[in-house]
Amino acid sequence: MAAVAPRAIPEPRTGRRDGPNPAATVVSRLGRRAAGPTLAVTYLSILVLLPIAAVLSQAFTGGIGQMWDEIWQPETRAAIELSLVSSLVVVVVNLVAGTAVAWLLVRDRFPLNRVIGALVDLPFALPTVVAGITLISIYGSHSPLHLDIAYTRLAVLVALAFVTLPFAVRSVQPVLAELDRETEEAAASLGAGSWTIFRRVTLPALAPALLTGAGLGFARAVGEYGSVQLFSGNRPFSTEVASVHIFNLIQNYDYPAAAAASLALFTVALVVLGIFTWLRRHVLARESST
Amino acid sequence: MRVLALRPADADEAAEASELLLTGGTLRPASSGRRPARTRASLGSSAFKWLLRLFGICYVGLLVGVPVGSVVWRALSPGLASAVDAVTSSAGLHALWLTLEVTALAVACNTVFGLGVALILARRRFPGASVLEALIDLPLSLSPVVVGLALLLFWSSTQGWARLVVVRLGFEVLFSFPGIVLASAFISLPYVVREVLPVLVEIGTEQEQAAHTLGAGSFYTFGRITLPSIRWGLAYGVVLTAARVLGEFGAVSVVSGDVVGRTQTLTLYVNSLFQNYDYPGAYAGALLLALISLCLLGLLSLSRRRRAVT
Repeated sequence: MAAVAPRAIPEPRTGRRDGPNPAATVVSRLGRRAAGPTLAVTYLSILVLLPIAAVLSQAFTGGIGQMWDEIWQPETRAAIELSLVSSLVVVVVNLVAGTAVAWLLVRDRFPLNRVIGALVDLPFALPTVVAGITLISIYGSHSPLHLDIAYTRLAVLVALAFVTLPFAVRSVQPVLAELDRETEEAAASLGAGSWTIFRRVTLPALAPALLTGAGLGFARAVGEYGSVQLFSGNRPFSTEVASVHIFNLIQNYDYPAAAAASLALFTVALVVLGIFTWLRRHVLARESST
Repeated sequence: MRVLALRPADADEAAEASELLLTGGTLRPASSGRRPARTRASLGSSAFKWLLRLFGICYVGLLVGVPVGSVVWRALSPGLASAVDAVTSSAGLHALWLTLEVTALAVACNTVFGLGVALILARRRFPGASVLEALIDLPLSLSPVVVGLALLLFWSSTQGWARLVVVRLGFEVLFSFPGIVLASAFISLPYVVREVLPVLVEIGTEQEQAAHTLGAGSFYTFGRITLPSIRWGLAYGVVLTAARVLGEFGAVSVVSGDVVGRTQTLTLYVNSLFQNYDYPGAYAGALLLALISLCLLGLLSLSRRRRAVT
């Protein structure tokens, strides 16, 4: 359908132009058709692809063995592990909390919910540095609530939960709003309890959106830098996440190690995101088959 | 115009109210009386609902509301004058201007690129289109620090692949203005494409084809047919890009060198205040950044609503 459309359009224009050499017009038209994609790919290459290729090349310069050694450095390994585990924990916590908040925003008409709705988007717009300062101002050493969790692993989790909250809520919310409530009401009239309805009717319908939100949140959390570096204290083997560790390696001009750690972090992120995508496809396929 | 603009919102509210009437079964005793099975369920779920409300308010409140409130209070408690002083120091003003310049440039580049790529992906078929689409999303799954490292390695004047450009042409990238713009553009690349592409696919090509057959040129068709129908999607993408660039920290702190009064953006400035134990200044700067992003958030929800209406 889309392939037919562009061919149908130029006819009145070639008729008007009456070019003497049809071959030349074909070439120039081909050139014009290729110009857009070429320009786009050039911009993308200079801005994104070539720099990323430079990281890969730096990681592989000393051979795979040396790169593996760099990744397997205890501090690097600990940092990547911390990033991976805390991101997964935060994703799970935010999925539960995000679904609850989305439910409040869609189904419940409680006046305070408007305040929640306004607050949910805030972390998305706030710069990460502000997120870090915000958290440290209330949960830091001068906490007016006497809740000092700064420079602990809990701080890493709280910072990540702060920055990924909107992803969880906003990917579930529209699906929940469009959900057909007749099925739920049918289940209720057949005598199903609230929990059964949620588990058997609502949750399966929300599952793809939940997994999308999980993917977005994980991708954001696993590479998060600004808020964590302010709030977590960055102690090696304890609260130093992967991105902070890579930053320190860069500051020490240890580019091979930084590139290797970057590659490892990116690979870990891609694998987890791949699992989320596979799960989502699995859920969608099962849904359409039933 | 104002009346016209208000009308869709009113219609929206009316629809919402009627939706509440039609489907808000749990809220209306009349309808729960109609369905006995539901009364039993809603009696048990009433306590559960309050529990859920409590949980939602505590979670969002403690995670977002209280911290943001405390930063506002801490920034303003020494008095408004000292907060303003902290932000309007010469380093602070320079950081603000630099951030605005960088934002303007990066947003302009990515808007042009994003519009072009969205048009190409939506209207043409060419080999590698799906690869291009996947590659555009790449910055979303990269840590900002890794982005900084990538630019550092590529543009380095001693070992980077682009050192010929950097050294021969004297085009200094790292630790100066172009590097900050490149980092910001890298980080915020996908947003315009991601917002405009679905709208373009949705509106289809029928109107554009009609304009073409009536003799309108490509630019005229774009300006009169395509642009008006994608404008709110485009606006959403542009504001999203601006918000992302404005708050960018990780990539910029690797690439810019953080030189006070030269390559220090607003986020770097606030961070350096905090690291130097100037807490009142840091809180004031954080408040300024938060206010700017609040304005952007307002624009976002405005364009989201408009997009939903048109």
